[in-house]
Amino acid sequence: MIDFTFSEEQNLFRKAAREFAETEIAPHVAMMEETGRDWDPVIKALCNAEMMAITIPEAYGGLGLGYVARLIALEEIARVSVATAMMMQVGGLGIEAIVKYGTEEQKKKYLPKLANGGSFSTEAVTEPSGGSDPKGCGTSYKKVNGSYVINGRKCFITNSHIADVLVVMAISEDTPDTFSTFIVEKDMDGFKATHEEKKVGMRGCNTGELELKDCMVPAENLVGKEGKGLSVAMATISDVGRGGMVGCALGLHQACLDASKKFANERILYGKPISNLQAIQFKIADMKIELEAGRLLGYRAAAIQDKGERSGNEFAVAKYFTTEAAQRAAKHAVDIHGGYGCMEEYDVTRYLRDAYVLGPSAGTSDIMKVIVARWVLS
Amino acid sequence: MVNIVVCVKAVPDPSFSDKLKIDPVTKSLPRLDIPLVINPLDSRALEAALQIKNKYGAHITILSMGPPPAGNIVRECLALGADKGILLTDPAFAGADAFATAYTLAKAIEKNGAVDVVFCGMASSDGATEWVGPEIATFLNMPVITMVREIVDDQGDEWIVKADYEHGYRMVKLKLPAVITVTRDLNHPKPLSFSGIIKARSKEISEWDHEKLEIPVERVGLKGSPTKVTEMTRLENRRNVKMIEGSLQEKVERLVQILSNAGVV
Repeated sequence: MIDFTFSEEQNLFRKAAREFAETEIAPHVAMMEETGRDWDPVIKALCNAEMMAITIPEAYGGLGLGYVARLIALEEIARVSVATAMMMQVGGLGIEAIVKYGTEEQKKKYLPKLANGGSFSTEAVTEPSGGSDPKGCGTSYKKVNGSYVINGRKCFITNSHIADVLVVMAISEDTPDTFSTFIVEKDMDGFKATHEEKKVGMRGCNTGELELKDCMVPAENLVGKEGKGLSVAMATISDVGRGGMVGCALGLHQACLDASKKFANERILYGKPISNLQAIQFKIADMKIELEAGRLLGYRAAAIQDKGERSGNEFAVAKYFTTEAAQRAAKHAVDIHGGYGCMEEYDVTRYLRDAYVLGPSAGTSDIMKVIVARWVLS
Repeated sequence: MVNIVVCVKAVPDPSFSDKLKIDPVTKSLPRLDIPLVINPLDSRALEAALQIKNKYGAHITILSMGPPPAGNIVRECLALGADKGILLTDPAFAGADAFATAYTLAKAIEKNGAVDVVFCGMASSDGATEWVGPEIATFLNMPVITMVREIVDDQGDEWIVKADYEHGYRMVKLKLPAVITVTRDLNHPKPLSFSGIIKARSKEISEWDHEKLEIPVERVGLKGSPTKVTEMTRLENRRNVKMIEGSLQEKVERLVQILSNAGVV
């Protein structure tokens, strides 16, 4: 018999993350929504609460807790603010590249600061030519006098303007189809965060463009072996990136269900709460069924990841299912709220906008299906 | 180093209060599937102990009486920074009133060894008798100050505390060892942290029954309880709308009078 229950310790992690989200993140959500910025307080809170340290090994100042714990934290934070969870999850991508592929010197230099909140990170792969086709990468590098010189532009990069440490993928100018990844620090000459995006949802989550103009990166900042950059980028995105989006989707889905339950029990129609109406009950049942199924997929994939096994395919299934289900849940939540669901003072309007940003992040639903089909047919 | 015992009760999560039902026979609150949390005022008691520990160094023992699931609450207290946990768990402890509870807790405090301060919440959110703290002090032959809202001076073995009084407060000097019960105004408990949860892995929780405490079964639980709840009812909260007529000045005066009569202002 398989034991699907969380351990006592994991339940405490959830409680800690929930308390953190409700007390430290929730007060900032309205301002983030209004301005589309104002992310500083939540980034500071994430760092102070050791949320960025969860997957960093203890030897480098982290908590060494792994991916189920990370998923629990992301789910609880996304329940309150998907925008904040998104910045946390993408921060985890830069961390993962260094943890998994970094040299000992890189780990010692960067991980302790990333764990204690002294710096924040991201990974930059997507370009104007597209994110689903990383081989279409136009950002190039060239070895000059023992260093690497990078030129190009990255777009739709989460944490573009707040990251101090960026793991950037580029293609060799000299050798065709040779990709490498580099640690770029925000203060390096030639690096600049440029345009800030205004998104339909996840407002207050920093997303923008990066410009690398003759950006000189020391040779010791190469992450992994030269020519293996595509593997570094894809391995981190497929496991940690998709896993992070599952956390964002599950938290948003739970928020939709919570808001719908509250409204359906309080809204009186025909002399009774609308939760007595079967039409409403069916929507709530659909939301609950899909949430439970999504949790099983997501936490199973994270448990596989914690065993040290590749979990990209399992996360592709979970990412597809949970993000699509969260979009359906957000629509149900808005529908249950009727006219109120069109008023911005109700959180469900934010949930609907946030839900549509879940789709393309870390690979669209169509790309997930391509991956799953390849998995089946291979 | 100061030796502190914090008495902690696992109570039904107040956010599930709409699901609480009164057992018509036992007049108790069956726990059913309602999650247990640390009694909110006991969290303040623990935070007070943690602040002493941060300032002067202290060893904090968590003491809780309840069924085995209450062990999760003890673990949470260890994750918040306490050093050791003792769960008093025994089917014979079931149905204890405040007197039997205080007796059992006092015996455990004696068995645990030297103690300088016993912190308790002023009351539990489910029982709300406010008796357990003072009764522990009686059994231990210690002074007790109830409803403490501020610890003014905590140096040495003579403390000064500010405690609520019916229409004000009193400043009290007390000699340790002593029992202190605290109000919600005392502090704001710090939240759980992931690293605190990890540190709690290596902290010990002991489970003690009446035999371990070397007390007769007649002195604990329902058998050892001289009081019995014979009736318990739910308070009905109803909205009462009253329209106030007249000029703005008259309306304001009338509103102030109504609020004043209701004891709100």
